[in-house]
Amino acid sequence: MNQLAYMIILAVIYLGVIVVTAGVLTVVERRIAGRMQSRIGPNRVGPQGAVQWIADALKALQKEDIIPDQVHPFLFKIAPYLVFMGVFLTLVPIPFGAYAFMEDLDVGIYYVLATASFVVIGFMIGGWASNNKWSLLGGMRSAAQMISYEIPTALAIVVIILMAGSLNLNKIVQAQGALPHEWYIFRNPFAFIAFFIFFISALAEGNRVPFDIPEAESELVSGYNTEYSGIRFLLFFLAEWANLVVIGALVTVLFFGGGNLGFEYLVQLPLPGRDPMKIEILGFLWFCFKTSIFVFIIIWLRWTLPRVRIDQLMDICWKYMVPIGFFIVMGTVLWVYFVPDNSQVDFITRIVMTAISTWILIYFVYRVYRNLKITKAKIHLNPFL
Amino acid sequence: MNITQEDIRSRIEINSISGNEIEVNMGPHHPSTHGVIRFILHLDGEIVVRATPDVGYLHRSIEKIAEKLPYSAFMPYTDRVDYVAPVNCNVGYALAVETMGNLEVPERATWLRMLGMELTRIASHLLGVGALTVDLGAYTPFVHALREREYIFDLMEILTGTRMNNNYVRLGGVCQNVNDDFFEKLSKYLDHFVLFLDEFERLIGLNKIFIERLKGIGVVKAEEAIHFSLSGPNLRGSGVQIDLRKTDNYCFYDQLAFDVVVGKGKFGVVGDSYDRYDVRIEEMKQSEKLLRQILSKIKEGEIQAKIPKKLILPEGELYHRTEAPRGELGFHIISDGKSLTPYRVKIRTGSFTAMTTLSDKLKGMMVADVIAYFASLDVVAPEVDR
Repeated sequence: MNQLAYMIILAVIYLGVIVVTAGVLTVVERRIAGRMQSRIGPNRVGPQGAVQWIADALKALQKEDIIPDQVHPFLFKIAPYLVFMGVFLTLVPIPFGAYAFMEDLDVGIYYVLATASFVVIGFMIGGWASNNKWSLLGGMRSAAQMISYEIPTALAIVVIILMAGSLNLNKIVQAQGALPHEWYIFRNPFAFIAFFIFFISALAEGNRVPFDIPEAESELVSGYNTEYSGIRFLLFFLAEWANLVVIGALVTVLFFGGGNLGFEYLVQLPLPGRDPMKIEILGFLWFCFKTSIFVFIIIWLRWTLPRVRIDQLMDICWKYMVPIGFFIVMGTVLWVYFVPDNSQVDFITRIVMTAISTWILIYFVYRVYRNLKITKAKIHLNPFL
Repeated sequence: MNITQEDIRSRIEINSISGNEIEVNMGPHHPSTHGVIRFILHLDGEIVVRATPDVGYLHRSIEKIAEKLPYSAFMPYTDRVDYVAPVNCNVGYALAVETMGNLEVPERATWLRMLGMELTRIASHLLGVGALTVDLGAYTPFVHALREREYIFDLMEILTGTRMNNNYVRLGGVCQNVNDDFFEKLSKYLDHFVLFLDEFERLIGLNKIFIERLKGIGVVKAEEAIHFSLSGPNLRGSGVQIDLRKTDNYCFYDQLAFDVVVGKGKFGVVGDSYDRYDVRIEEMKQSEKLLRQILSKIKEGEIQAKIPKKLILPEGELYHRTEAPRGELGFHIISDGKSLTPYRVKIRTGSFTAMTTLSDKLKGMMVADVIAYFASLDVVAPEVDR
């Protein structure tokens, strides 16, 4: 009984946290979009528009719950919950810090893949039950897209599983270190490719631009959520933004060392702040920082890129991502077998990979700088206008 | 193996009655139909089997209104023929009436008209390419294009007094003069605009996804384009080098140097959707050149000629065409020589002829291509229906 009460309280806390995070993210995304588009964005409700999301949620809650004629009432009602549940459940095993997770599942990453599939069921049911041809097209598109992209996602994850030798997300984080060359992304060339495959297919699974064709506002009039209004519509969008956090967190956990600060070493060092609790909080903040970088990149892509066509989307998946996925899985198998951990080859590879990535980053910054110089565009870094 | 639209079309011919088609209405209330235009699409999965464009939802009887009004009183209505490029429509009508009635126009007024026309052309093309990007899902370039359009509206406000639907042109002149302060502002803006176009190209025009979405989509070959009587940027996008500003010598375009831009098949085939986009971008650059030349040539002088208060045109008819941003804009005026109003005014617009290509070209496309092709034609609903 105590166990059950504990679980329920934990679930409610998690729900609250994720709803608040997703809500704040809506404002953050709109502010970022505003800056990219030479406008300000929401800044009226609260300081700098910080509680705009509460106003939006309250407005949606006050709306009449419209169930259109001739829809399938039960399926129509249940679809948003399925979508939200799918996203929410994936958060359960994700370690936000060394001890900050809901449940230390041994099948962690496997569980994440399984629960993420609830989302596609929700989209399909929502699209079909709406009794709207555009919604149906959106639902079918999302089914085709998300089921296809689960394969490259899984293949990229297999690479990490092979390297860590565990499905447990916490152990995957522990196996990486605090410094860049200890992260899985820089361990070997195959993991480096796996990161891009995972990131792209996670975007596609999360229906984000450039792969947002199930929603495709300008083609399908918002696709599966056309007929939804009020709180049900809100749930779809809550799920979308919560999914941003999930993608960012998973990328951080699998490829970028999670919130790992080298916990074991830190407590032994004679530093002033070696209280385990403080280190845990530091780790959590470190994790949040990495996650928010990826969330920002996703938002950045969304407001920059056009969307691909459905056949191009399928081409990218089946002609490029899946074959490359199998290739990197085979490559990793051989790598793990022939190059033992902490050997000389392993160490040199890590350093070289880190150096190459740093160079790519520097080159990118240089290109941005050059573009700014040629177009004489002004850059405003102050986020508070 | 890549399946082309031609393959899909031939397959549609064979399985014409598959029974698996669904019929959907794209529009009249659809985000991508640029106003109220409706397509009846028969879809087999994502592929369009049949498409029927349905126009007329924005019909305002402008041609009929013309028959009830004196010649000068019809001028504000011409703004609404194409509300994205009002000055071009103003000038088109004014030139038709002036040619028919042998009215003189002061030199400065003509220069000011050209200034207004080229500024409006830039604003219109900005909206055209901006809407194309937003239809393909890229929101930011659209907002950037609209931002530049706002700057042009600021200039238009000084020039004409209003930001949109500038009822600027009068028979025999223009409604108000501007001082040198405006010319300075304009030339400063043009310096900025060249840089903006460069930035826009870097942001979206050379984007891989953008190119992939547009190249080889909705190819209109040169002879097809002539057959469909396309005009303006859509015709030039197909590689036909015709610009009424060069051929018809209205206003003072013969005194200015500019190139007629044609589609070159930059990434795919000549006449594909990317070419039509590219032609609009290049035309904006040409308009910028034209504006600079106009600024150097404009002189002080009268802006309004004396015209009879009760204007009666001689009996007969006249068709006068100008190069509007959406192609040939022709005013066909028939006068009975007795009354203050025209007997009939017929307006020929580029958007309407562009609509005629749709039912043929959409067949075998995917739903997303329908949007891309339609947006690349830069059709504006009021110009179709009038």
